[in-house]
Amino acid sequence: MNLATDAHGTPAPGIVPCAHCGLEVPAGLIEDGAERQFCCTGCRTAYAILHEHGLGQYYAFGEKRDAPVEPTGKKYEEFDHEAFQSLYVKPLKGGLLTTELYLEGVHCSSCVWLVERVPLLLSGVVRAELDVRRARAHLEWDPSAVTLSAIAQQLDVLGYPPHPYRGVAAEEMRRKEDRAMLMRIGISGALAGNIMLLALAQYAGWFSGIEAEYERYFRIISLALTAPSLFGPGWLFFQGALASVRTRRLHIDLPIAIALLAGFTRGAINTVTGSGPIYFDAVGTLVFLLLSGRFLQNRGQRAAADAAELLGSLAPTAARVQDEQGERRVPVEALLPGMVMSVRAGETFAADGDVTEGKSAADCSLLTGEPRPEPLDVGTRVYAGTVNLTGPLLVKVTQAGEMSRLGALLRRMEESAKRRAPVVQLANRIAGWFVGVVLVLAAVTYLYGLRNDPARALDNAIALLVVTCPCALGLATPLAITVGIGRAAKTGILIKGGDAIEALNHPGLLLLDKTGTVTEGRVRLVRWEGSEAAKPLVAALERGSSHPIAVAVQQAWPVVALLEAQDVIQTIGGGIEGTVAGQRVVVGAPTFVARKTGAEEHAPDVRIDAFAEEGLTPVWVAVDGHIVARAGFGDPLRADARASIDRLRTLGWRVALLSGDHPAVVRATAERLGIDLADAVGGASPEEKLRRVEEARVRGTVVMVGDGVNDAAAIAAATVGVGVHGGAEASMSAADVYLSRPGLAPLVELVEGARRTMLVIRNNILFSIAYNLLGASLALFGILDPLIAAVLMPMSSLSVVYSSWRGRTFETTVARRAAVAASSGIPPLEPAR
Amino acid sequence: MSVMYLILPLALIVVFIAVIAFVWAARRGQFDDLDTPPMRVLHDDSEKKKAD
Repeated sequence: MNLATDAHGTPAPGIVPCAHCGLEVPAGLIEDGAERQFCCTGCRTAYAILHEHGLGQYYAFGEKRDAPVEPTGKKYEEFDHEAFQSLYVKPLKGGLLTTELYLEGVHCSSCVWLVERVPLLLSGVVRAELDVRRARAHLEWDPSAVTLSAIAQQLDVLGYPPHPYRGVAAEEMRRKEDRAMLMRIGISGALAGNIMLLALAQYAGWFSGIEAEYERYFRIISLALTAPSLFGPGWLFFQGALASVRTRRLHIDLPIAIALLAGFTRGAINTVTGSGPIYFDAVGTLVFLLLSGRFLQNRGQRAAADAAELLGSLAPTAARVQDEQGERRVPVEALLPGMVMSVRAGETFAADGDVTEGKSAADCSLLTGEPRPEPLDVGTRVYAGTVNLTGPLLVKVTQAGEMSRLGALLRRMEESAKRRAPVVQLANRIAGWFVGVVLVLAAVTYLYGLRNDPARALDNAIALLVVTCPCALGLATPLAITVGIGRAAKTGILIKGGDAIEALNHPGLLLLDKTGTVTEGRVRLVRWEGSEAAKPLVAALERGSSHPIAVAVQQAWPVVALLEAQDVIQTIGGGIEGTVAGQRVVVGAPTFVARKTGAEEHAPDVRIDAFAEEGLTPVWVAVDGHIVARAGFGDPLRADARASIDRLRTLGWRVALLSGDHPAVVRATAERLGIDLADAVGGASPEEKLRRVEEARVRGTVVMVGDGVNDAAAIAAATVGVGVHGGAEASMSAADVYLSRPGLAPLVELVEGARRTMLVIRNNILFSIAYNLLGASLALFGILDPLIAAVLMPMSSLSVVYSSWRGRTFETTVARRAAVAASSGIPPLEPAR
Repeated sequence: MSVMYLILPLALIVVFIAVIAFVWAARRGQFDDLDTPPMRVLHDDSEKKKAD
């Protein structure tokens, strides 16, 4: 095997591919003379493990990782803790244990191969199975031979960090529902097919003559096949109709049940008496078609909900607790008030608490939406979900789990989601007057028939009921929505319910969170005024720090010459200083730099105000006691924000900002986006956001678009809640729609796609009503042949299927997808993931 | 035509068996995950080759 062609058959000239993941190896990491090159230690370790155990054929598969292996290096001790095991692990027969883990980064058949083989290398692991679409691994192991943490570490090393999966119970229930629905479809489909064959024989007999004996025989067998279809799988519609009557909320099931029952009863009577039409072929086909439509719709919505739910499993699961026995990791479920957590820089607080030791800064954007770090000192209260940025801390837990501020917020979110009134689907609204009209028409037909042809009056009325069965109406919405949701998922828009599509057709108030939604949600170097020569000095100084400003510098100049910084001192809430290339460099807040350079006595710097007006955080740079450069850091607007908001406005939406950030910053942002200042609300707490959404709902449709936990309650309360790319788990689980592509352009696509989908639904409904009118008028005058009815009914359903399928709802052309991939650098999320 | 009395019930019995088979498969969860098994099939083949 020659140089590093394991991953991809032929390396591109000039590029050295990593032997494991196939990505380019950075020039600095190429080892001269080495047989294989690796882009990172993660890939190197994974490669070593695979070869050690004779699993090298992994590299023979065509599909490869699209990212380097980045093990988290976690030990996963918390997976062995009692509290964790009682929640997520179930015992099996024979002393074995089983659990389901959500794995990050599985996507192809090579992943299946790895995940199903590598854990088995550990003695004691009995079974490892992966469900790729749901990214879930099912594990069975012998606890006396191996620990779950060891299995977890093994998966982590291969680049699939495992997370406990929280929704096993709900999943089990849905799985049962799915299976039950599939059985219904299978049974009703087999019966419908055979009823149709028998009907064909009878129609043939109708033209060319059939002996009465055989006709009767066919009718009886048809009856014997229709009854189980209607009262077995078709029982679902009677349940729906009963519920609709009981709750006095009209539902499409009611007219369907009436038609099915009327057709079947009359058919059964006519079978016994041996005269008049039977409607068994119509009834059997209807049950099958309607069940299929419903199943498809549920599946589409579920796939989108699943994808968002998986992201929800990514929350921190463990905290490091300090007590007499030293430091150990425990699952968050085992945290109790009074315990002392040790939290390193870069880690997320797992519970609310007070700082007892150490100094640092916290990123509270999860709760406040405010991207700027807040200083932490002994005695400061910290909250679960916020991130410790700069230094190690000891925190005494005051509230954990559901009692924490985060937990309370999530509870409110669930409550407001429950309180929310569901959107009444167009088809169900129509079903209301549909029932009335059809019943009146049937009565008219009967009375008219009594006067002219009493013998056929009842049959004509029943024929009308059957031919007007809203089959196409019942399929109109589910099919169009299923196709729409599927296509939307291909473009990275995950829609969890058809309701959202209908609601988005009534323009109203569209509330946008600022940080992370209209802005990028990250601190960036926006402006640099002054000496170019100072850039390498600043880059060297900031290299080792995890402060947001330092991270922004590292991103802005990733490859500026590699100088070394010495005697680096960081001052919380001030800045950073050190010696680079023999020069004393100070970088930090203007006051801090002024103090360090002794420029304190001078007049206040006017540039500070100029920066603040643009919403930028000023950072000054001094070299050897002189200020040489001024840098402005801020959270820049997304490139597509202005155009997207303008487009939404022309579609009839009133666009407003609702942010937890400082009011002045929100106003500045609103001005740049052309949003009316009266509609730019800043400084809003999560509770206030919720209140504002609830107030606005009284006046009409409210769409809330946000990314953080601070938006979650408001998202859940809105008519349509939209979570955006990179958002927190809570906002995703609360949202009706999740945009997995960055920027606001997907939001515009969502609104436009929803409009087009609704257009298809309206066309479908028009189609089906036109067919019903035709059938009804034929039946009204008693000229409806059973054969015409038999052709008319599937025709209407088929035209609905066709129009749903070819309706241009969410665009999925190759060119469009290529443009998306090129502009975002992120491949569109396939629904299969 | 009296053969109908024999053939039709026979055909329906075949259908009945097929339906039972489908229900059995659905109940056992054969249709739960339709994405992973097709990938797995290829793997098993390559493993056998290695064993040869």
